[in-house]
Amino acid sequence: MKIAVCVKQVVTREWPLRVDDTRTWVQDRDASFEMNEPDAYALEEALRLKEQHGGEVVVCSAGPARVAQVIREALARGADRAIRVESDALAAADSGMVAEALAAAIRDEAFDLVLTGLQSDDQGFAQTGVVLAELLGIPHATIIMEVQVADGGLRVKRELEGGWFQWVSMRSPALLTIQSGINQLRYATLRGIMAAKKKEVRVVEPPADLAPHHEILELYVPEKGKQTRLIEGSPAEAAKELVRVLREEARVI
Amino acid sequence: MTNSELHTDLRTAVRELCSRFPDSYWRELDAQEAYPEEFVRALTEAGYLAALIPEDLGGSGLGIAEASIILEEVNRSGGNAAACHAQLYIMGTLLRHGSEAQRRHYLPKIASGELRLQAFAVTEPTTGTDTTQMKTMAVRRGDHYVVNGQKVWISRVEHSDLMLLVARTTPLEEVKKRTEGLSVFLVDLREAIGHGMTVRPIRAMINHASTEVFFDDLEVPVENRVGDEGQGFRYLLDGLNAERILIAAECVGDGRWFIERASRYARDRVVFGRPIGQNQGIQFPIARAYVNVEAADLMRIRAADLFDAGDPCGAEANMAKLLAADASWEAANVTMQTYGGYGFAQEYDIERKFRETRLYQTAPISTNLILAYIGQHVLDLPRSF
Ligand SMILES: Cc1cc2nc3c(=O)[nH]c(=O)nc-3n(C[C@H](O)[C@H](O)[C@H](O)COP(=O)(O)OP(=O)(O)OC[C@H]3O[C@@H](n4cnc5c(N)ncnc54)[C@H](O)[C@@H]3O)c2cc1C
Ligand SMILES: Cc1cc2nc3c(=O)[nH]c(=O)nc-3n(C[C@H](O)[C@H](O)[C@H](O)COP(=O)(O)OP(=O)(O)OC[C@H]3O[C@@H](n4cnc5c(N)ncnc54)[C@H](O)[C@@H]3O)c2cc1C
Repeated sequence: MKIAVCVKQVVTREWPLRVDDTRTWVQDRDASFEMNEPDAYALEEALRLKEQHGGEVVVCSAGPARVAQVIREALARGADRAIRVESDALAAADSGMVAEALAAAIRDEAFDLVLTGLQSDDQGFAQTGVVLAELLGIPHATIIMEVQVADGGLRVKRELEGGWFQWVSMRSPALLTIQSGINQLRYATLRGIMAAKKKEVRVVEPPADLAPHHEILELYVPEKGKQTRLIEGSPAEAAKELVRVLREEARVI
Repeated sequence: MTNSELHTDLRTAVRELCSRFPDSYWRELDAQEAYPEEFVRALTEAGYLAALIPEDLGGSGLGIAEASIILEEVNRSGGNAAACHAQLYIMGTLLRHGSEAQRRHYLPKIASGELRLQAFAVTEPTTGTDTTQMKTMAVRRGDHYVVNGQKVWISRVEHSDLMLLVARTTPLEEVKKRTEGLSVFLVDLREAIGHGMTVRPIRAMINHASTEVFFDDLEVPVENRVGDEGQGFRYLLDGLNAERILIAAECVGDGRWFIERASRYARDRVVFGRPIGQNQGIQFPIARAYVNVEAADLMRIRAADLFDAGDPCGAEANMAKLLAADASWEAANVTMQTYGGYGFAQEYDIERKFRETRLYQTAPISTNLILAYIGQHVLDLPRSF
């Protein structure tokens, strides 16, 4: 099975977030970066599928030169080779633009399976995988919790709302967007890090006509507010109302 | 891949591995005085403890700079690399001075983790830092040596398969120089314990698996001697620069861990109506500790670069160890102070790391002895002891 895994490089969670001067993105000039969390699970799933069914795992990433780091990390974990679409314009690009860049880079490879993370830790659009599937003309399924390879196709488990799941059969080639926690991530080994040096990384340019599909108007930190609400009534009534508010409005229980 | 890319990748990967072993993991081990078996296994299986072993012997053939990054990241993540740092570097004696047969036999197994060589027996109760006065004797009898004597503070013996032992093979009275007449042996602990060797754990301020070791007619085959008879002290000195640099890196890791915690706490903790970090009495000591950790790190990098280039680095390695141990200890103190009463509470981990980083003022080499080295060998002052 020939599997592509699309990974995004995002600012690490420890990085203190500050809105930059354009007020449309965060200051990430000196940030440290890491692999987008669901993408790490997608990579792990691809490596497991390869171990079970043979084939090849190709890691793909679109972004400025710095994304070479997550590519190396993926190769160190066991991906066989990489395709990197390099452009500064892809640093904080929208899903449509990234999907177009990736589609152009991987279309000719005719992958049996394309995996992406469910969503990105920074923008959280959850669209890149879906749009990419459309551009490649293959079916997709989202929020995947389990992948089984059945003859000629796939059986996948999707996560629904409220603790429900759904099994879906689909033909391949296909694209799946993988949910965090689907498997147990392996460590990058020192041998893996050293071996990554020798693996092929194909660097390609994005299509010349690549342009944003939408524009972030403003990014801001939510204002902190403190609201006190007094629930009146007898203790029994008040307790009942409190539970209702916590469940239905605050949604914390 | 450039060196700096390799270093970034190593940091990322080791940090990721360490993140699976959170503060609570280390805290519980500390309370139970238990060995971090699971962590050490993970680090071994991922190959990090074989970083310095050449590729043809099953390791990764990396330099001291890379090895030091691995240990730094363990301590920076809140763990304690002392549990396994010796597996990285003790084998150096075998690599440099062992016979071809010894190297081929042991190093691949050490690289894979099948054999643990992470105990090094030098210190003795009555002679301490004055190593050449050691009393443990190994007397040759035909195809083996018979060892008698006692060692103290020997760490990780209970978690090793092999131990390097330094013992006298020629009595002090019979050598021209006191540095002569010592030899190094590879003791197979699986056979030795209970057959001439006894191990007794020492309860200590830190969870370090240190022990007292007694030798009572322990037989060690001649083929387990490493290098030439009588040259042991030279072999010992030979490994010291590597050890100094690695310990310095662990201290830098500790220092960074402390400063991260102290800064975060000082930003978040509000008393007298503002974050305590807004008071210069809290803020400046943290800032100063940060400056000192970063400066120590530069000396450590300098020493590692010289070491990896094969250049002399005794002065730099010693200075790095001193600066880094002082900086981590300062950072530990500052963090204790910043945390107020909570620094003392076990669940914040400050007191644990505080105890752990204090070791490096004393072992493996005390600060005084480094100053003595700098005075004598760098400044050409008269030997003070
Ligand atoms: C937790 C722990 C783990 C250890 N693990 C090991 C191990 O695995 N293997 C091993 O062989 N050893 C180990 N050691 C021993 C360690 O290396 C020694 O404790 C250290 O070398 C100091 O020796 P000592 O304790 O006998 O102190 P001493 O030599 O008695 O020194 C006491 C004090 O006097 C100072 N001093 C001594 N001589 C001079 C001088 N000439 N000038 C100025 N000051 C001087 C020292 O700096 C020190 O502060 C360990 C120790 C500890 C605490
Ligand atoms: C073992 C132990 C026993 C104790 N026993 C008792 C007891 O029996 N009864 C009791 O009531 N309490 C007790 N305490 C609590 C102790 O009195 C407090 O820990 C201490 O007063 C500090 O308060 P804190 O820990 O909240 O630190 P914080 O007030 O949070 O202070 C944290 C740090 O900020 C510094 N800081 C705070 N404000 C300023 C400022 N304006 N300018 C400069 N620096 C500032 C502090 O000096 C400290 O270094 C005990 C604590 C311990 C550790």
